[in-house]
Amino acid sequence: MAQIFHPSTNTLSKVSIFGGVFFVFGALWLASEINRSSYVTQAGVVRAQPVAFGHKHHVAGLGIDCRYCHTSVEEAAFAGIPSTKTCMTCHSQIWTEAPMLEPVRAAFREDASIPWTRVHDLPDFAYFDHSIHLAKGIGCQSCHGQVDQMPLAWREHSLNMEWCLSCHREPEKHVRPPSEVFNMNYVPERPQSELGPELVRQLHIQGRTNCSACHR
Amino acid sequence: MSSAKPTGAASGAPVIGPGHSLASVTDQISKIVLSRQTPTGWFIGLGVAMLGVGVLITAIGWLLWWGLGVWGINQPVGWGFAIINFVWWIGIGHAGTLISAILLLLKQEWRTSINRFAEAMTLFAVMCAGVFPLLHVGRPWLAYWLLPYPNTMGMWPQFRSPLLWDVFAVSTYATVSALFWYVGLIPDLATLRDRAKSLVWKRIYGALALGWRGAARHWERYETAYGLLAGLATPLVVSVHTVVSFDFAVSVIPGWHATIMPPYFVAGAIFSGFAMVLTLAIPIRRIFGLEDFITMKHLDNMAKVILATGMIVCYGYAMEAFFAWYSGSPYERYMIVNRMLGPYGWSYWALITCNLLVPQLLWSSAVRRNIAALFAIAIVVNVGMWLERFVIVVTSLHRDYLPSSWGMYYPTVWDWALYIGTIGLFFFLLFLFIRFLPMISIFEMRTLVPATGEEPPKKGLHIAASAGPSGEARRP
Repeated sequence: MAQIFHPSTNTLSKVSIFGGVFFVFGALWLASEINRSSYVTQAGVVRAQPVAFGHKHHVAGLGIDCRYCHTSVEEAAFAGIPSTKTCMTCHSQIWTEAPMLEPVRAAFREDASIPWTRVHDLPDFAYFDHSIHLAKGIGCQSCHGQVDQMPLAWREHSLNMEWCLSCHREPEKHVRPPSEVFNMNYVPERPQSELGPELVRQLHIQGRTNCSACHR
Repeated sequence: MSSAKPTGAASGAPVIGPGHSLASVTDQISKIVLSRQTPTGWFIGLGVAMLGVGVLITAIGWLLWWGLGVWGINQPVGWGFAIINFVWWIGIGHAGTLISAILLLLKQEWRTSINRFAEAMTLFAVMCAGVFPLLHVGRPWLAYWLLPYPNTMGMWPQFRSPLLWDVFAVSTYATVSALFWYVGLIPDLATLRDRAKSLVWKRIYGALALGWRGAARHWERYETAYGLLAGLATPLVVSVHTVVSFDFAVSVIPGWHATIMPPYFVAGAIFSGFAMVLTLAIPIRRIFGLEDFITMKHLDNMAKVILATGMIVCYGYAMEAFFAWYSGSPYERYMIVNRMLGPYGWSYWALITCNLLVPQLLWSSAVRRNIAALFAIAIVVNVGMWLERFVIVVTSLHRDYLPSSWGMYYPTVWDWALYIGTIGLFFFLLFLFIRFLPMISIFEMRTLVPATGEEPPKKGLHIAASAGPSGEARRP
C-alpha cells in the first residue's frame, strides 16, 4: 500500500495532540490577562481633558480640600463635578490671562459647561453611592488612589466587579476612622488588623455582597 | 448480499444473518460509505432535513432579534417548550450510552450492530438538547457565565443550583459520549482508509484513524481505552437524567418536589432512547439492506427493554398519584386532580395511552415480530415521552399555591418552529453520519462471524478482526 502521508506527519500529530492542551490553556490565560490589563480597564491611563487640570498642584501644592470642588460627595451618590463658577472663584483673580485657562474663561463667558472627560464611570447597572462609603470610613484614596500625586487624573483601579467585592468581602482591611476619609496621607495609628475589625463593629459595616446591593 | 429472508423465532434468532464471511461483512458495511453512487433517497432525506435546519436557523434568528417574548413562556409558566424539549432530547440520548457502556460491560454481544448509530444518535440528541437551555438563558452570548472560571466579576456560578449541576452533567455526558464514539470508530476508520479509492478520502479517513495499523499493541491499548471509557460512561447513564430530574425535584413546586423523580427520569430516558433507536433502526436496515446485521433478535431485545422500562415509568406515574393522596398535602392532591381533570387533562390521558397502554402490546411475541407494529409503537412512545415532559412542566407550574397567580401556557409558532428545527438538525446530522461513517461497527461485527458457522470459530475476541487492518487478506 502506498504511503498517503509524509513521514513528518508523525511529528506533527504528536506535537499537535500534546501541544493542544497547552495551547488551549495558554489562550484562556491570555484572554484573562488581557481582560484585566489596563488596555481593557484603563487603569493607570491618563485621560486627556479640555483643560490640563492638575490635581497634584491644587491638592498637594495649594492644600484645597476635596469637598471644595466635589461638593456633594458627603450627601449624595454622585460626588459632583465642579461648575465653571467654582474654578472662577480663584481664576477670576489669579492667572487671569493664562492661555492655558482660556477654555475655562470661555465657558464662563458663554455660561456653558466645560466638557470634562469622566475618569471614573461605572456602568449604569451598578449602583454606587459616595456618601455611604464616606460615612462608613472608606477614604477617597482607597478607591481613587493618591489623587494629590496625580498631575493629570487617571483611574487608579480597574473598577472590575472583583475589585469592588475585594473590599465588600473584607471591609476591615480598608476601613479607617470617618474623620480621616479626606486624608491623602493616612497612616493607621494602630495596626489595621486590630483597628479594622473594631471600626467595622463600631460603624455597623455590613460589607454587603448580595446582588441587589449594587444591581438594584 | 446473501440472504435477507426474515428469520423465524425471534428469541432464538442469531445476531447476524447466516452465510456471512469476514470479507462480506466488511464489504457490505463499508460500501455504504465508500460507494460513489449516493442513493436518491439519501438526497431527498437530507434535503428535507435541511429544510428543518432552515426552520431552526430562522427560529433562532427571530428569537435573538426579538427576545424571549416570541415564545409562549410567561408567569406562571416560565419553563415551557425549551425545558420540555431539552429533557426529551437528553432522554433520547440515553440509549446510546446504555447500549455502548452497560451492555458492553455485561457482554451482551447483540449490542454490536446497533451501538455505533445509537452512540451517534446520542451525540446528535445531546446537541439538539443543548440548543434549548442555551437559548432559554435569554442572552446566549453570555452563556459562558455558567462555567466556573476566574472572571473579573469575582464570582462563581451558584453551585447550589441544580441548573448548574445540569451544565456539568450534560457537558460531561457529551464529552464522554463523543470520546466513546470516536475511539470505537478508529479501527473502522482505518478500514475505510485502506479501502477508499481517492487520495483525498484516504487522507481524511487516514488522519481520523490516528495511524491505526491493527497491530497487536494497538488492539491491546484499544481494548484498555474502550473498557475504561465504558466504565466512565456507565455512571453517566444514571447520573445525567438524575441531575436533570433535580431541576424539578429540588424545587418546591407540587408535582416536582418528589423523591421518585430521579429513578423515574432515568427509566423514562432509557425508554425513550430505545424507542428512538427502534424508530431509526427499522427504516435504516430496510433502506440499506442491513437485515442480516440488525436482525429480528435486535428488534425483539429492544422491544423488551422498552416494555421493561415502560413498566418502571408507569410505576412512577402510579407513585406520583399515590403519594399525592398519601401526603395529605392539599396542594399535592390538587396537583394530581388538576393534572388528570384540569385544562391540560387531555395531555395526561394521552400520555397514559402512549406510555402505559400501547406498550403493553409488546408482551405479545407476535407484535414484537411485526416490524410495522414495532415501528408504530416506537413512534407512539416517542410522542408519549414528549407528553410526559409537557405534563410535568406545564401542569405543575400553571397552578401552584396561589390561585391568584394561576395561568395558562400556550406555545407559539416560534416554540414549535424551534422544536421542529431541532428534529431537522438531528436528521441532518444523522444523514451525514450514515453516508460518511460506518453506521455499524465493522470490526465488532466480524467477531460475530464465527457464530454463523461459515468460518472456523476463533478463540480470542479480536483475532478475527486483527487479521489485517481491513480484512483484505481474507477476501476470496
